[in-house]
Amino acid sequence: MATTLADDLTPLHHPKTWIGKYVWSLDHKVIAIQYSLTAIAIGLVALVLSALMRLQLGFPDTFDFIQPTQYLQYVTMHGMIMVVYLLTALLLGGFGNYLIPLMVGARDMVFPFVNMLSYWVYLLAVIVLVASFFVPGGPTGAGWTLYPPQTILEGTPGHQYGIILMLVSLALFIVGFTMGGLNYVTTVLQARCKGMTLMRMPCSVWGIFVASIMALLAFPALFVAAIMMLLDRIAGTSFFMPAIISMGKELGYEGGSPILFQHLFWFFGHPEVYIVALPAFGIVSDLISVHARKNIFGYRMMVWAIVIIGALSFFVWAHHMYVSGMNPYFGYFFATSTLIIAIPTAIKVYNWMLTLWRGDIHLRVPMLFAIGFLFSFIHGGLTGLFLGNVSVDVPLSDTFFVVGHFHMVMGVSPILVIFGAIYHWYPKITGRMWNETLGKIHFWITFLGVYAVYLPMHYLGFLGVPRRYYALGETAFIPDSVHLANQAITIAALIVFVAQMLFFWNMFWSLFRGPKADPNPWGATTLEWQTPETPPGHGNWGPKLPVVYRWAYDYSVPGAPRDFIPQNEPPADEQHRS
Amino acid sequence: MAQEMVTKADPADPMLEGLRDLASDWSADQEVFKSVHWGKAMMWIFLLSDTFIFSCFLTSYMTMRASVTEAWPNASEVFALTIAGNSIPLILIAIMTFVLISSSGTMAMAVNFGYRRDRRKTAALMFATALLGATFVGMQAFEWTKLIHEGVRPWGNPMGAAQFGASFFMITGFHGLHVSAGVIMLLIVASKVLRGHYDRSGDYSAVEIAGLYWHFVDLVWVFIFAFFYLW
Repeated sequence: MATTLADDLTPLHHPKTWIGKYVWSLDHKVIAIQYSLTAIAIGLVALVLSALMRLQLGFPDTFDFIQPTQYLQYVTMHGMIMVVYLLTALLLGGFGNYLIPLMVGARDMVFPFVNMLSYWVYLLAVIVLVASFFVPGGPTGAGWTLYPPQTILEGTPGHQYGIILMLVSLALFIVGFTMGGLNYVTTVLQARCKGMTLMRMPCSVWGIFVASIMALLAFPALFVAAIMMLLDRIAGTSFFMPAIISMGKELGYEGGSPILFQHLFWFFGHPEVYIVALPAFGIVSDLISVHARKNIFGYRMMVWAIVIIGALSFFVWAHHMYVSGMNPYFGYFFATSTLIIAIPTAIKVYNWMLTLWRGDIHLRVPMLFAIGFLFSFIHGGLTGLFLGNVSVDVPLSDTFFVVGHFHMVMGVSPILVIFGAIYHWYPKITGRMWNETLGKIHFWITFLGVYAVYLPMHYLGFLGVPRRYYALGETAFIPDSVHLANQAITIAALIVFVAQMLFFWNMFWSLFRGPKADPNPWGATTLEWQTPETPPGHGNWGPKLPVVYRWAYDYSVPGAPRDFIPQNEPPADEQHRS
Repeated sequence: MAQEMVTKADPADPMLEGLRDLASDWSADQEVFKSVHWGKAMMWIFLLSDTFIFSCFLTSYMTMRASVTEAWPNASEVFALTIAGNSIPLILIAIMTFVLISSSGTMAMAVNFGYRRDRRKTAALMFATALLGATFVGMQAFEWTKLIHEGVRPWGNPMGAAQFGASFFMITGFHGLHVSAGVIMLLIVASKVLRGHYDRSGDYSAVEIAGLYWHFVDLVWVFIFAFFYLW
């Protein structure tokens, strides 16, 4: 536990057995891979659930095993898994763990043991979540927002045990994440290598760093909400439960406030959007810069935009509650603060564009995904402006427009970045190269496919088609074209679903048969590409820690021998940026 | 570098220059907080996160209290003890608060002796802190028992709004868990101090880190005291 960084390896734990190396590992890289594989595995469950939902929506009355109960459970579990157990865990637990120590030039996280514990508690949370599929009554079907009072009332699927396991799992996830998040933040603050100033950190680290801080401050609200709802369900308290007469009998609840839950939930829920988005913003900045062979446009502004978005996102939560019955005057404040976030976000989007402008763009697979992200993010961001305004939001609430919007902005966009990032760092993580053609096919089907899926949903929303409905039935205001669109969406979604298997096959096959990768195949400047070994060995840097002399974006510097200058290259020839 | 040029351009404004120096110190390499132990930095960040947990608990309690229709029980009467025939309001809570705040005093002295590498005194004071903490938890158990005997339950109570009992058990329970965890942590660190573990490693930071946590738990109690018992 040195207070200053030394070049000695004594604080590092050196495992001797296979289990110590790969199972109970203290190495941030192994923990990162454990986190990622677990997140992707549970993400696949959520992917299957979404396919089942689409089958029901596209072809109602066809599948007997999908009843309203199951449908609601699919919706709920799909949402919760994707947002919390896949995206948050993969971006912070996976990429955060892998990239932070390597990018800031540390040997490991500051407290490797706590870091390991973080993963095992996360795994426990996932197991508890999966267990809820097998208890009587099945998992909860309350919608991923778990709004009381319906969540724990009879009639909602999974009100017996599913909801209890869901809440316990969330609480465990938060405990596990807190242990990891403390490590990420402290490592960035206190364990950078010599020369690595805050304003020389790659944008990826900035995004993950700010998102980790936000998560440490936003998850407490969900934790408290989960505990209070657990007490309502188990101990008979009435925190969120008003007096209710259900099926002719009076329930024991009295005087609770359902709106309070919504406030707590969204005080977590809105920052959560940016907890997922900011790491993606950071990573995509690096992907664009590396593959366009240009420095990121306006680095300082990019960093400040991340910080400002992170701070503002704590003041916008009630824009999810315009129709929930809170004081209507709140709408003024929350609509205003929501629209203000568009400013730093727009700065980021313009800067990504300007980084591409006249860049030496290499359309490799990671870059394709990065550019795909720009499309889907601009798209999702603009529909966000619709929903941020009270008067437009009210008619669009609870329609497919909302579904289209948030899938574009916080589903598809981060996932595209995650794909790009996996393709980008795979050669470093495994030492092998994947198949380019398969990667490009995967990109085009995914990118065009998600547009085929989500673009029509906006149209459905304008028609007033409600979300979360098991079947639309013979409703007068819903024209036949809606059913046609729903079928088309389902077919597109299934194609995208199958296309993901190309990705998994590519990753799996390349692990064994892929050609050996160059230590720095993209010609990137950041430290993780300069490790003495590929994949990086235990302790990352061999006997001596790197020393950083420049920022992370010295690409295409005039007069330099190569079109990039690694961060740890000394300025011997004085060709560095002036 | 551009930044240095700007600094030179307006030496006239010492305020601005000071802010720039502050920013460049903070963003300099390796460490934001110079020579601050990793564990200490991490504890501070954890406490910030924990602050949000307690804030959410207390804010929820306050909104609930403001919105329930039934009357809220009078804390001075509920938490009164009859001693020698006289009902004294909040007497137990006052003693509990006194005990907990005194334990912060012994903890601060333990940290002081830790800096001086005084093994025995540090350990003794930490054990005293743990004892005071355990006393606090014991008195809390007494208070819980008394209320349960009087019919206070999470789902209702004879004095008024059901949320009174619910939030009482939840908030003091959560805080009590924090104190209990703190007592265990103090005992572990104190026995390590006594065995000379930190003399060998040459680093007494664990004492200070345990102290940070302890003071935090104490501070949280002050807020619970003010918002739950005095309001």
